[in-house]
Amino acid sequence: MTYLFQQVLNALQLGSIYALIALGYTMVYGILTMINFAHGDLFMLGAFFCFLAATFLHLPFIPTLLIAMIGVAIVGVLIERFAYKPLRQAPRVSAIITALGVGIFLENFTLVFAPYPQSVPTLIKNTTWVIGGVSISSLQLIIIALSIVLMILLDFIVRKTMVGMAMRAISWDKAIVPLMGIPLDLVISATFALGTSLGGAAGVMYALAFPVIDPYMGVLIGWKAFIAAVVGGIGNIRGAMIGGFILGGVEILVAAFLPSTYRDFVAFTLLLVLLIFRPYGILGKPRPQKV
Amino acid sequence: MTNQPSSIKNWIERLGALWEKIVSNRKLLPILLVVGLLFSFAIPQFGLLNQYVVLIMIYVGINIILSTSLNLINGYMGEFSVGHAGFMAVGAYVSAILTTKVIPANLAPWLFPLVVIAGGVGAGLIGILVAVPSFKTRGDYLAIVTLAFLMIVKSVIENIEAIGGPRGIPGVTLLTTLPWTFIWVVITVWVIRNFVYSNFGRGVLSIREDEIASDLMSVNSRQVKMLAFVISSFFAGVAGALFAHVLQFISPRVFDIVKSTDILIMVYLGGIGSIAGSILGAVIFTILLEVLRPLGMWRMVLMPLVLVILMIYRPRGIMGLREFRWFVPGYDLFASKIWRKKKEAKDASAS
Amino acid sequence: MLLQAKEVTHYFGGLCAVSNFNLDLEPHELVGIIGPNGAGKTTVFNLITGVYKASRGSIKIDGVELVGKTPNQITALGIARTFQNIRLFKDLSVLDNVRIANYSQTKYNPVEALFHLGRYDAEEKRMAEHAMDLLAVFKLQDYADEASKNLPYGLQRRLEIARALATNPKILLLDEPAAGMNPNEIGQLMEFIGWIRKEFDLTIILIEHQMRLVMGICERLKVLDFGATLAEGLPKEIQNNPKVMEAYLGEGGDL
Repeated sequence: MTYLFQQVLNALQLGSIYALIALGYTMVYGILTMINFAHGDLFMLGAFFCFLAATFLHLPFIPTLLIAMIGVAIVGVLIERFAYKPLRQAPRVSAIITALGVGIFLENFTLVFAPYPQSVPTLIKNTTWVIGGVSISSLQLIIIALSIVLMILLDFIVRKTMVGMAMRAISWDKAIVPLMGIPLDLVISATFALGTSLGGAAGVMYALAFPVIDPYMGVLIGWKAFIAAVVGGIGNIRGAMIGGFILGGVEILVAAFLPSTYRDFVAFTLLLVLLIFRPYGILGKPRPQKV
Repeated sequence: MTNQPSSIKNWIERLGALWEKIVSNRKLLPILLVVGLLFSFAIPQFGLLNQYVVLIMIYVGINIILSTSLNLINGYMGEFSVGHAGFMAVGAYVSAILTTKVIPANLAPWLFPLVVIAGGVGAGLIGILVAVPSFKTRGDYLAIVTLAFLMIVKSVIENIEAIGGPRGIPGVTLLTTLPWTFIWVVITVWVIRNFVYSNFGRGVLSIREDEIASDLMSVNSRQVKMLAFVISSFFAGVAGALFAHVLQFISPRVFDIVKSTDILIMVYLGGIGSIAGSILGAVIFTILLEVLRPLGMWRMVLMPLVLVILMIYRPRGIMGLREFRWFVPGYDLFASKIWRKKKEAKDASAS
Repeated sequence: MLLQAKEVTHYFGGLCAVSNFNLDLEPHELVGIIGPNGAGKTTVFNLITGVYKASRGSIKIDGVELVGKTPNQITALGIARTFQNIRLFKDLSVLDNVRIANYSQTKYNPVEALFHLGRYDAEEKRMAEHAMDLLAVFKLQDYADEASKNLPYGLQRRLEIARALATNPKILLLDEPAAGMNPNEIGQLMEFIGWIRKEFDLTIILIEHQMRLVMGICERLKVLDFGATLAEGLPKEIQNNPKVMEAYLGEGGDL
């Protein structure tokens, strides 16, 4: 029982990181129907910004987090402007390939400056409480709480503010939005800034939880977060959150009861099974095909 | 001094014209094939080129097989498969198990063609499994299915101790030679070309253009998708088998998502829906990587940048949806002309 | 009887898009389906061609049940159609557009195709020739190697009909063939439809808003409104049917 509770806590921690990254995928998809495959690498950049700010500027946790989020958001907006915007009218697949290219660029660019794995200094003094046999670390609680705060904030922005309304309008119909006087480019930039900054925040949290980082850390985690977004129903913000926690839960459970090498196998098999029964994810709805 | 730029331009134009002439001259192709085959035997036999260059040529060949076969799914059918490295892994493992554990070492060079075919068949059978979800899902969701497939293949291999688990299979014999690579490249290109210019292949194209309309024009989309996936994965398996027997060591890590990404880059660099494009993409990608080697780590920074710039200015790749006349069968290339001539002859005899 | 639709009903979620649609089609008839926008006309086509599976009812061609069959099977049984918004294979050549429609009649198997064996060569030649002949009938032969998206609108419409005929149908479903045409072109289209009916021995069902075309060539009309059949009969009877006028123009209208 305590073991189970321990695993639930671990699952929440991993799940919240997946969920934060998945949100970036889903927001960009919702608005541009494009999979931003560079997003996993923006997550990696977040971890590296955290590393830089903590190692060289000796900043405490909150400023580090903010620097990483803002830094990643700037990179994200720049990528959209220079690499994706020229391709809005192009075949969808060229945008996907461009995103893959941008991702590889980010990885290898970082690799030039960080050819070896780097270790991130401790930013939060980690105290562990043992309550009824369950060990709870302050770090774990901070990661879970912070992710939930960020998600609630995002949900609020998307649902209640003008920018959020404009975002939802664009995901509904991109052609009509400029006619309504909504500055399309600005809203798309805002979406990228929001989505990628969440990825950056996830990078920071990951770096705190698993303090050895390398330029390729974003590849597999990025793909997995993408799967989380799909499981929830891509384009759907609440779906991405749910998907992230489901994936985190499944992975931790598998690792708890089976050899850890089975983790990916079970996670991806489950994904396939889910897609057979719910081809559009948990909260996704099929877009009707007009004939 | 002043006329130098214009003379350079002149040269480029002349070269371009010559290139056009070469690639549209259909009689040249058989000659090139024979010469290529002779050279592929002669180069290693007489040591015409150093070992390193020969090795690069073999990799170019393997990459051509990979990009041409992936183009069938991603270019001609318009789906987005990221699982090609998975099929490659199946081919590599099936063949490597055969040569290291089943076939006696002295027989292996003689049975190598069969081993490669076995690798292809293994991958092709797995291809059926991936084709089935493609009946119902499309686009991004199918992309995820292929991704999941890739991860599952990797994870299954990692968990089977009998084939080395995560450590892989070391000590695979060097059996992939330049002539074999050349022959397999020609077979791949020939078969895929034949398929593309048949009515099954046109069915594949029509699915890319408009699947509903295609269904309503009597195209059996399930049959077409099944064929495309099986053929594509068969040749990925062939490439995997060749790859295993030149690298001489395979492990699950060799066939990860990065490998798939490399193949994707070749396909989209060269151009979707084009055999010539696949070949160009593979050649340019492989050679560029070698040429840029002195740049060290910056090489890998430059490559993706080139790809991004290419996508912005030529979103369909170098040869997107175009083809050298070399690769178009005569009856297809001249169908309308032949018909017109026939009709004129008929009209003339009637009057 | 060639085609028989009995009590065909279809729901989208809870919405009844078509209810109790009946149609008996004799060979060589030309029947029109008219009705206001959203009346379920195109849905009827989608049900007949298998794009949607009817929730209830049966559709038979020559006694063979179509409900539950896939669109490609239904097309192979002899029903072809065009689309309201042109759906050509845009990047493919005009010739390829027509050849693809020959799919179910292709007489070689995949192995022959992959290795250029057996019937492959002869069959490819036959298909190319057949397609070119068909294009010539539609005066499109000079565009054979052009990408179909480069054709002007009128020719694209014509190519769509040519492509449908390449499936060798008994029944042709035309979904608003006159959309976007001027009166002069409509006149030509009327003659053209009459001509292909004779030439290809076709039975035609036609959806159209252009009353001139409908009244001019249809032998029988069905009027749909909100998925239900409002009226059916000869064009003259329909023209004077008060219920139809009301549906179209509100009370006191005139066609």
